[in-house]
Amino acid sequence: MDSILEMRGITKTFPGVKALQNVNLTVRKGEIHAICGENGAGKSTLMKVLSGVYPAGSYEGDIVYEGQVRHFRGIHDSERLGIIIIHQELALAPQLSIAENLFLGNEIARNGVIDWFQTHRRARELMAKVGLKESPSTLITDIGVGKQQLVEIAKALAKEVKLLILDEPTASLNERDSQALLDLLLELKGHGITAIMISHKLNEISRIADSITILRDGSTVETIEASAGAIDENRIIRGMVGREMNDRYPHRTPAIGEVIFEVKDWRVHHPVHPERLVVKGVNLHVRRGEVVGIAGLMGAGRTEFAMSVFGRAYGRRISGEVLMDGRPVDVSTIPKAIEAGIAYVTEDRKQLGLILNEDIRFNVPLAGLDKISERGVIDRHAEVTLAKRFRERLKIRSAGITHQTVNLSGGNQQKVVLSKWLHADPKILILDEPTRGIDVGAKYEIYTIIHQLADSGRGVIVISSEMPELLGITDRIYVMNEGRFVGEFPAAEASQERIMAAIMRREDA
Amino acid sequence: MSAETMSPAEAPRHSYAGFLKNNIREYGMLISLIVIMLYFQFATDGRLFQPDNLTNIVQQRGYIVVMALGMLMIIVAGHIDLSVGWLCGFLGAVAAILMVDHGVPWYLAVLATLVFGGMVGAVQGYAVAYLHIPSFIVTLAGMLIFRGLTLYVLGGRNVGPFPPELATLLTGFFPDLSGRMADPIAPHLETLRLVVAPYALAAVEAWNRLTESASLLPKIEWTPVLTRQETTGDISSTSLGIATVVVAMMLANAFAARVKLVRQDMQTEPFVFFLLKTLAIAGMLFYLAYLFATYRGLPNVFVIMGLLIALYSFVTTRTTVGRRVYALGGNEKAAKLSGINTERLVFLAFVNMGVLSALAGMMFATRLGWATPKSGDGFELDVIAACFIGGASASGGVGTVLGAVIGAFIMGVMNNGMSMMGIGIDWQFIIKGSVLFLAVFLDVYNKKKG
Repeated sequence: MDSILEMRGITKTFPGVKALQNVNLTVRKGEIHAICGENGAGKSTLMKVLSGVYPAGSYEGDIVYEGQVRHFRGIHDSERLGIIIIHQELALAPQLSIAENLFLGNEIARNGVIDWFQTHRRARELMAKVGLKESPSTLITDIGVGKQQLVEIAKALAKEVKLLILDEPTASLNERDSQALLDLLLELKGHGITAIMISHKLNEISRIADSITILRDGSTVETIEASAGAIDENRIIRGMVGREMNDRYPHRTPAIGEVIFEVKDWRVHHPVHPERLVVKGVNLHVRRGEVVGIAGLMGAGRTEFAMSVFGRAYGRRISGEVLMDGRPVDVSTIPKAIEAGIAYVTEDRKQLGLILNEDIRFNVPLAGLDKISERGVIDRHAEVTLAKRFRERLKIRSAGITHQTVNLSGGNQQKVVLSKWLHADPKILILDEPTRGIDVGAKYEIYTIIHQLADSGRGVIVISSEMPELLGITDRIYVMNEGRFVGEFPAAEASQERIMAAIMRREDA
Repeated sequence: MSAETMSPAEAPRHSYAGFLKNNIREYGMLISLIVIMLYFQFATDGRLFQPDNLTNIVQQRGYIVVMALGMLMIIVAGHIDLSVGWLCGFLGAVAAILMVDHGVPWYLAVLATLVFGGMVGAVQGYAVAYLHIPSFIVTLAGMLIFRGLTLYVLGGRNVGPFPPELATLLTGFFPDLSGRMADPIAPHLETLRLVVAPYALAAVEAWNRLTESASLLPKIEWTPVLTRQETTGDISSTSLGIATVVVAMMLANAFAARVKLVRQDMQTEPFVFFLLKTLAIAGMLFYLAYLFATYRGLPNVFVIMGLLIALYSFVTTRTTVGRRVYALGGNEKAAKLSGINTERLVFLAFVNMGVLSALAGMMFATRLGWATPKSGDGFELDVIAACFIGGASASGGVGTVLGAVIGAFIMGVMNNGMSMMGIGIDWQFIIKGSVLFLAVFLDVYNKKKG
């Protein structure tokens, strides 16, 4: 069979980071080609290079599509040749109808006037092809995520797709919708449409993929052919995580005490689609002086779990029990959760962590203003002293405490957020992706701070998508997948293979 | 380059140019106010600074300052209130009807109106804060409703006059407890004028020589008097005394705060700038108070305004509530996740706005002598413009009380000056709009460049 696409020696550099390094990918005409890899392995970057989001010239290497070297300057160029990408976050206009969305930017119109009759007729045809039983005039917001996914595919068909790229298409779908989607992909394959599917789910991959390319740290590890026999799960897992651990993590001898924090049978529903259960009965405990990790892939429900425990900052119809020092505590609002001794350091420090247009002095006391004020009047001396103390203690590199936080580097911003929560003096700190977007040197400092926090008798929960990081700094690791805890290991017994296996095998079941 | 390395823009601390660039807004506003005042002083042949005219400005336009204080809190919290103009008119009418038609004692009527204003604010605040309806829509609806209510309760009448006690309180002057005395300052000002006059004369002559070669430029017909003029007149000693004490306290406070900051190594403002800014504000305030004293003393409205400005400055800069409002406006989600009850703060900001609207409504109506169905028309525009001219950001989290007050003064001086110059209402709107646009444009431009 001849190839429809060949990407040769693709190298893509961002300031300071090599996101892709000499990646090769060959996709044959009419096959379903899966791409696997950890978070940050470069899967999405590779697809953005292919679809022209990163235009020709911003990367090295060649894209050969249908036998010719192509230089896509934008997504329009690739779409014109039938390469359509469907992102994980669906790009539909929620307040427009299915028909309107199908032809968005591609309207059936004469002199700018839309031909609604033709639009609806064509919409019905396309919807029949993807098995979507809805009226074309139904609004996107009124149908579920599974059907929205079908609309995206129908939209691709409307553009006469030849190569369909799906980025984790089943990530937010339930079992039945996932099966239907996979069936549809097989059917489209029968009509000669080639597909590239990014997926973490081994059962899906083994069911529909003809070949699998594994990426790790921006490079191709290998391509496995399904025709050569059954797909070896262990081989895929090894290929995804096979990375050397080294001393990027500070050493520590933990002093672990009694259980101080417990969450029992925690259940959370999606805030917008309340019928969807996002966290499905999670039990967790943390001991004094312990660093507990929560591993999992993106979308596993870790952030949702943490934020819902932190004063119901996420979700609705939340049920379950939170115990601090063995006694149930009320965490129904954020002030109450802080009062109970919980702190949550968000993964998105710019959007959710800092008041960016204000300085360090403003941000540090924000979660505990009452501690530096008397009858509502802030003690300015105490405020300055406080900010200075944290700036020194956490080694925040800035021109002073009046330095605007927007101008700080990622690592220093994170230290300001940490200062804010240390000032609140919690018993339990939940750190969500604490080192995302931080360079290596600053990461080491953050790890040291985490260890100091635990050694001072607090409990620390670290949510991270970087498995080496969890293995390097935690004492115990929970593995979360699809809203459940699917594994628990002492850090000493854990390995990347075991964690990955816990995540992926669960999905087979 | 490591991400930990500081970018060069943030390294220098004590360079004048760098500091000026980062804080141009604050000084620019003050300089604009001075320039605008000097311009109108010149364009109205010195009538702007006549004590009776200044008293007029404060009494007629004081409502802008009062409402700008409330509006600033709302804008900093990330919202807007379009209803305040007609709310102000409506509440003024309510107060008038209570006092005039129903004979309610004036102090009870004042209290009732303030409470009622707070309740109206609470209704709008509840809709914005807890029902999450955009404030633009809630207060647009409010604006229409209050406009209708004003017409409805007044039924086309003018209701007045107000009880003399209230009229005295809101349109009178600070009592002259210690009598009047000979003006101790005028001779010194005359001396100062005599020092400056020859330079002014030289400048005018130089300009007029220039116009001879470039005929497009207008000639200046004004010649300063070079001989000493007789200074007569007396002055309210109580008002002057209060002004002296207050300004002295402000100066002492400013210097003490600076000393504290320097000791903590927190000082970034160069001393020259600090001195010029502090002296300019103190000087303007003192001169204003002095001019009032030469007339009938400090207007009571001026005293009320002063107290409110001091209170709101304190609340916004020194209290936890003020701090939380800035946090909420700067990043609502982050503020919420820091345990701040953002809904309640928004709610309270609107309650506060309602109370201040009630006060402003009564101030305006008593000054006019009665409540009329037209009072309140377009007030919100001056108030909102004052906040934005004063450097508040439409996206929230940014703005100062001092800025809003300066903005309100700029609006007040422009209104008064343009009217005195005989500029038609059409051009007044065009010019005010342009000033607002220019101020915000320079702000945005400056930010983009910086």
